[in-house]
Amino acid sequence: MADIRREYDMGSEVVRALRGVDITIEVNEFVAIMGSSGSGKSTLMNLIGCLDQPTGGEYRLNGERVSELDDVELARIRNREIGFVFQTFNLLARSTALHNVELPLVYAGVGRKERRRRSEETLEKVGLSDRMRHRPNELSGGQRQRVAVARALVTKPSLLLADEPTGNLDSTTSQEIMALFEALHRSGQTIVVVTHNPEVADHADRQIHLVDGSVERDVRTEGSA
Amino acid sequence: MQIGEILAVAFQSILANKLRAALTMLGIIIGIAAVVTVVALGTGAQRAIDARISALGARLLSIYPGQSYQHGIASGERVTLRTLDAEALTRDARLLDGVLPEIVRSVQVKYGNQNINTRVIGTTPNYDDVRNYTLRAGRMFTAGDGEARRRYAVLGHAVPGMLEASATEMLGQRVFVRGIPFEIIGIFAEKGSEGSWRNPDEQVVIPLQTAQFRVFGTDRLRSITVRVVEGVPLEQGMVDVERVLRREHGIRPGEDNDFRLRNRQELLNTQQATAQVFSYLLASIAGVSLLVGGIGIMNIMLVSVTERTREIGIRKALGATRTNILMQFLVEAIVLCLVGGVLGIALGSSGAVALSRIAGWNTFISFGAIVLAVAFSAGVGIFFGLWPAWRAASLNPIDALRYE
Ligand SMILES: Nc1ncnc2c1ncn2[C@@H]1O[C@H](COP(=O)(O)OP(=O)(O)O)[C@@H](O)[C@H]1O
Ligand SMILES: [Mg+2]
Repeated sequence: MADIRREYDMGSEVVRALRGVDITIEVNEFVAIMGSSGSGKSTLMNLIGCLDQPTGGEYRLNGERVSELDDVELARIRNREIGFVFQTFNLLARSTALHNVELPLVYAGVGRKERRRRSEETLEKVGLSDRMRHRPNELSGGQRQRVAVARALVTKPSLLLADEPTGNLDSTTSQEIMALFEALHRSGQTIVVVTHNPEVADHADRQIHLVDGSVERDVRTEGSA
Repeated sequence: MQIGEILAVAFQSILANKLRAALTMLGIIIGIAAVVTVVALGTGAQRAIDARISALGARLLSIYPGQSYQHGIASGERVTLRTLDAEALTRDARLLDGVLPEIVRSVQVKYGNQNINTRVIGTTPNYDDVRNYTLRAGRMFTAGDGEARRRYAVLGHAVPGMLEASATEMLGQRVFVRGIPFEIIGIFAEKGSEGSWRNPDEQVVIPLQTAQFRVFGTDRLRSITVRVVEGVPLEQGMVDVERVLRREHGIRPGEDNDFRLRNRQELLNTQQATAQVFSYLLASIAGVSLLVGGIGIMNIMLVSVTERTREIGIRKALGATRTNILMQFLVEAIVLCLVGGVLGIALGSSGAVALSRIAGWNTFISFGAIVLAVAFSAGVGIFFGLWPAWRAASLNPIDALRYE
């Protein structure tokens, strides 16, 4: 990721959310992005996750230039390479947990039986095997976020992205979610997580601090792994 | 993504949002049902009038006595139409296949001790054929009966009732017309009102010659009704009648006719025009219903757009392509329109049938109206279903997710 810029043209003024960010994330890293509110963390995450396009700079994912891809190729990357966990869960409210988790596999073209099997397996992994037929409004916040994590993981993406995954959760459930991330990292998953909670960041083995759309500090920590 | 998956996603989405689906369908159902019912009413009324026109005889012309003119000035003397004129028409006219002279008087008719005043018509044996009557009992008199001046009478359907007797008991009995005894040889079936002030069932029909020589003592006809050969324009028939009658009456070229020719079609055209206004009125009501239904569909589609934009954002973030999204929404819209359309047609048709059963109105379910209504509703549903979806699917996923 080189000299990434993202500017929002608000008509009267241009909001420069990212002012040239250079970072490289290696396979198997567990990275925490930190910074105060409005520093551009979410903007950066959305660009990494191909949910948004930069207004300048170059982004390569596994060697592919993302800005040159068309709708179909971008859809494939979001589907296969990236699993995104949102702060606000973004589950389909009227579908069951199981169906929410199955969704990425539908777009991946996985057959019905295989889909069902892999979704159940992934939900089991996040500890929700007894809540599969529940709708999001019948689940607690922590459970919803675990459904979202299962949905992000079900296609076995090369990169797991989480934008303040614990932002809407209490400290106990936050602990549970972070423990889950740590376990995933130990099993080889590359993870980027946005947080402003230092306790959460301590789980990571690299911390990137953003200030006003620029990288201020990029430090390796011991991590807990 | 395969077609099976597209269908599955669309159905899942419909089932997950039953209320929204039901509301959308309601708009479609109301629009289509209203159009089908209302147009069925209009078409039915139109058809009833057309049927009445052909029952009345769209091929009939009536000839009435007129004024005689000498050097362009009315002579004052009223020229009569005589039985001879009818004979001339029968003999010489080439484009007519029925000539019906009628002597008509309103006279006293007596049966047993019952006494009524009604129309008695002296005419030829083709009366029932030209005027479209059928016999309920007995027979019509023949040409031989006429030549022999037999006192035979055929009663209109309402006459036995007027005389407080039953039709079966009257057949073969005697009825007195102006005190002259007649044998009742037949009774007509009910014809019903033709929309004219005269009830066609309240009359007694007797042979022309009997009327002329034995009852009324005149050969003056009230009218001659002629039937133009099928397929020949009425105008040509009229020319044919004029040719024969002018020669018969010795009218020189340049002089006016001394008889009047009436085309029944003209009378009926007024009725038809009224019916047309009625059906335009109904059609505009149908149009308004369709519009209201369409606005309903549009509203529910547009109102659900916030929720659906987020849904599209989520689906795109998980790997749906723009085509995937559009296909899902297209299939959803088509399924809703199809189901709604079928329900609307069923409801509208049963409404039409119910109206014809309960209110006794003529209805006719028109295929064209169904096609129009379904096409309009489906068009609205698909357009307002797809257009927001297309807009949302063209956004970056994050912008769709942020939509409020
Ligand atoms: N869609 C947008 N339109 C305009 N400005 C935006 C938009 N998204 C983010 N911004 C601006 O970009 C800056 C960075 O936002 P964001 O990345 O959400 O910060 P963080 O997640 O670190 O709190 C903020 O100043 C914010 O106002
Ligand atoms: Mg943020």
